[in-house]
Amino acid sequence: MTTMTPYRSTARNTRDGFGQLLHAEWTKFRTVRGWVIGMIIAVLVTAGIGIFVAAGGASPSCQAVNATGGQSGGCGGPTLTLGPGGEPVTDNFYFVRQPLAGNGSITVRVTSLTSLLPPARSELGTPPSRPGTVPWSKAGIIIGATSLSSPSAYAAMLVTGGNGVRMQWNYTGDTPGLPGAVSAASPRWLRLTRDGDTITGADSADGVHWTVVGVVRLAGLASTVQAGLFTASPTTPVSAVNIAGVTQGGGGETASTALFDRLSRTGAWPAGRWTGGYTEGDNAAEAQGIGGYRQAAGRITVTGQGDLAPAIPDQGQPGSSQPTIAIYLIGTFVGLIAVAVVATMFMTGEYRRGLIRTTLAASPRRDRVLAAKALVVGAVAFAAGLLGAAGAVIVGTHLADSRGSQVFPEPWPTELRMIVGTAALVAVVAVLTLAVATIVRRSVAAVTIIFAAIVLPFFLSAVATLPVGVADWLMRVTPAAAFALQQATPQYPQVQAYYAPVAGFYPLAPWVGFAVLCAWAALALLAAAYLLRRRDA
Amino acid sequence: MSLANAWQSPAGLPDALHAEWTKLRTLPGTGWLLLTAAALTIAVSAALDAATTAAACPPGGCQSDPVKLSLTGVQAGQAIVVIIAVLAVSGEYSTGMIRVTLTAMPRRLTVLAAKAAVVAGPVLAVGAVAVLASVLAGRLILPGHGFTQAHGYASLSLGSGPMLRAACGSVLYLALIALLSLGIATAVRESAVAIGLVLGLLYLFPIVTDVVGNQHWQRHLEQVAPMTTGLSIQATVSLSDLPLTPWQGLGVLAAWAAGALIVGALVLRFRDA
Repeated sequence: MTTMTPYRSTARNTRDGFGQLLHAEWTKFRTVRGWVIGMIIAVLVTAGIGIFVAAGGASPSCQAVNATGGQSGGCGGPTLTLGPGGEPVTDNFYFVRQPLAGNGSITVRVTSLTSLLPPARSELGTPPSRPGTVPWSKAGIIIGATSLSSPSAYAAMLVTGGNGVRMQWNYTGDTPGLPGAVSAASPRWLRLTRDGDTITGADSADGVHWTVVGVVRLAGLASTVQAGLFTASPTTPVSAVNIAGVTQGGGGETASTALFDRLSRTGAWPAGRWTGGYTEGDNAAEAQGIGGYRQAAGRITVTGQGDLAPAIPDQGQPGSSQPTIAIYLIGTFVGLIAVAVVATMFMTGEYRRGLIRTTLAASPRRDRVLAAKALVVGAVAFAAGLLGAAGAVIVGTHLADSRGSQVFPEPWPTELRMIVGTAALVAVVAVLTLAVATIVRRSVAAVTIIFAAIVLPFFLSAVATLPVGVADWLMRVTPAAAFALQQATPQYPQVQAYYAPVAGFYPLAPWVGFAVLCAWAALALLAAAYLLRRRDA
Repeated sequence: MSLANAWQSPAGLPDALHAEWTKLRTLPGTGWLLLTAAALTIAVSAALDAATTAAACPPGGCQSDPVKLSLTGVQAGQAIVVIIAVLAVSGEYSTGMIRVTLTAMPRRLTVLAAKAAVVAGPVLAVGAVAVLASVLAGRLILPGHGFTQAHGYASLSLGSGPMLRAACGSVLYLALIALLSLGIATAVRESAVAIGLVLGLLYLFPIVTDVVGNQHWQRHLEQVAPMTTGLSIQATVSLSDLPLTPWQGLGVLAAWAAGALIVGALVLRFRDA
């Protein structure tokens, strides 16, 4: 008697492999014309809006000024130069200097630092006249400005209006020394010592007991450098415009005056006499009496304005800060809506047509189906985001250059981070949308949730004028925190400015903000996987 | 007899209205969504009233606008109105109900007109309640936050012309947003796409306007933006700074809504369902 062997397929059982699953999901995506068109639309609107913004970059009056060769850029605020680190810097302050040949040191006592603020409720450009405190007014000693025309390596010991003694170097370096304000009753002694490429900064409250604040190596410091006393006084920032449309105080120019005495030096100082002046040769301010130095009975008074610090986009007036390349990426949010619509339908489409039952029958391990879908839609969205962002920035920059509008310069790593970061943002939003669509299973609900979670917080914080506290909070906790990836200029603690999302400054560091979005996406994916497994399809 | 009668007189507008109203009324989500729209409008308005503090008006005239502030919630409530309107159309397509509807009422434009009427009606009613409650909330909350007569602000009263215009205009604004959404949803059928298009259209202009440097472009963008011009109906101070007068602004939104409805009507008329 023969036994019947049931039929067994000789094909290898590979259908359940993750590769096959990915391939299946990719085929689904690729063959639905609407979804592909949706992603193409995402690329086109992201890039298109950026290019549109670049084309409308400068108003005609601005172009006229630039065309006639207005050297300080007509609409762009002060001329920007690049510091040793490649970042734009402000490098204009009152400097009383002479050359120092080789090694040497300079020591001085500061007994007073006072400032004048712009008059309350004034027009821009009125000279400062109201006594007050400028938190980051600076007065002290500096070694290293080799050439006055272009910024170069330097180190400085300085007292500030509201942040104690600091040692600062190469624009971005900043270390705190003695705290507290300077006055005749509590003066501050400052010392800088040069030894080759190394500069040591020290401070003291009495001239006897010294504390080293910092030791910095300035690569490539020339053998003869400029050294001396300086005073700087940055402009005060414009403060907020709140939701009711109230402008809360304007910014403006300030001026500071410092009193030095007990100046002593070691080393070779061949010139033998001091020269004073603005490092950018700003004679106009000097003629107005804002800027100058006086020497009498061992005391030196130095008055000045300006700053030596990293530059941030000019915030001359509320709502009109100098554009950065971030404005070319403004189309991202429309691209996000398109991507969210496609990612939603990638999931809800399966439920609509009942395809989900086929999908789950073919691959019963439901979380792997979800993972494959997430990978496919994430990868496609990344590509779309990358194309859109790169197109917007590259074409936008060229267009703006050819039309003569001034855009705040960024080092290339920042530009790269903004472009790749935008692609990553779009990709993770696509995954988050897919997860939300799996949870709610309804297109309208999914798209609305994503809109309310990402686009709306971005709109309310970065465009509409919510109070800064609320805007910061929104950009910390909502998935929109990832828009921090598009922040062009870092936020410097030693530069006072209007740091708010509406001015392009987000409360979280770029990749931290991205991590917030990723955390939301991971949570949503977990919930989606759980529900997909527990629920009937 | 009745059969013959039914055959001879195809369903007219009253029948269509009745049918559409029955469909909308019996959907489980509609009531909740309308309630949410009202609640969101009132809650956001009240929250922003409470979060704002006004200083005394400068001599040149007040810069902040208590009327607009007390109606800010309309900007949140409109999102729910968009959902209601989109679902009224795309819901029929996703379930295939549209084929039954068009078989019963072959005059497609009549169907669309009836749909527009039954969506706009409840939105107007709920909008009126929400706007009234928002004004009331503003009247109760704002004087405690510096919007006092001593600071130069009049108390919110529907008796004053601009306030009445802002309140009535906000209700109309919500209805126009519903019609705009209805038109777009009829044209594209797919609910996700319709929602994305409406939201993109509403928010695209203000975001782009914010970063475009060219003042001419900026002004033109402001003049055609459906959301910002429509909302200018709420403005009661610095009217000269508006790109258009308040009623013109609402007219721009009405033009958008009419355009969307016409496109929707054409597509509905000439395409297979």
